[in-house]
Amino acid sequence: MVDTGGARMIEVGSELPEKVFLLDRALLKQYADASGDQNPIHQNEEFAISVGLPNVIAHGMLTMALVGKYVSDFAGGSANVLEYGARFIKPVIVPAGEKVDLTVSATVSEINDGKISITLSATSAGVKVLGMAKAVVKK
Amino acid sequence: MLNPDSVGRTFAGTDVITISQSEVDAFCAVVGETDTTVAPPTFTIRITLTQFEAILTQPEIGLDWTRLVHGDQKFEIFSPVKAGDALTCDATIESYRVAAGNEIVTVRSDLHRSGERVISAWSTLVVRA
Repeated sequence: MVDTGGARMIEVGSELPEKVFLLDRALLKQYADASGDQNPIHQNEEFAISVGLPNVIAHGMLTMALVGKYVSDFAGGSANVLEYGARFIKPVIVPAGEKVDLTVSATVSEINDGKISITLSATSAGVKVLGMAKAVVKK
Repeated sequence: MLNPDSVGRTFAGTDVITISQSEVDAFCAVVGETDTTVAPPTFTIRITLTQFEAILTQPEIGLDWTRLVHGDQKFEIFSPVKAGDALTCDATIESYRVAAGNEIVTVRSDLHRSGERVISAWSTLVVRA
């Protein structure tokens, strides 16, 4: 069951509450271990800069995993998530010793056949990091 | 450069991958998920990305993994993955194009449990010029 966040009806155009995730280097290491993606651009500043990046960046799939948590919470659990997709348009930059935000919100775009489609927004430091981010969940 | 003959080819994963509770727990912990009875929606990237790397960097396919960027990703989930699932994974190179010198390849992976499809996932990978 979708979590409506109270008694309010969900309808097309409904805006879902914003949630802020915080990312730091420790979380990137934790995701590297959990996912098996040990690419040094996500852990080693010197290496990241050597390949032309501004600093260590989060795994795109970590960003997507966190936004996926937002989707699962809305859906009332991961078991109710039917589709989920996004384009990686900008990296989430994670400087040493800092916690950077991943700010997620969504709008209901379609409701039919027992399914709810949502369009997701994900930004970090005010910059849009995911494009075309959408999910379909069981109603 | 990717060998154009590889577009449309499906590579059958040879191994059956059994999902452990500790793997699911570790992935859930990263995102703050307390319900570990079901894997989070993006969990299976753990399986598929490793498999893509093995396939696409074979000499006859020829993708340069060192300059690779993840362009986009989509999951269709038919049945949620859980600890104890024994999954097979096939990967199909669906499309390939070159734009402004960048190579753009889309790979679809299909995960099955006892012959039943549980997840299809599309990954667009970009090899920077």
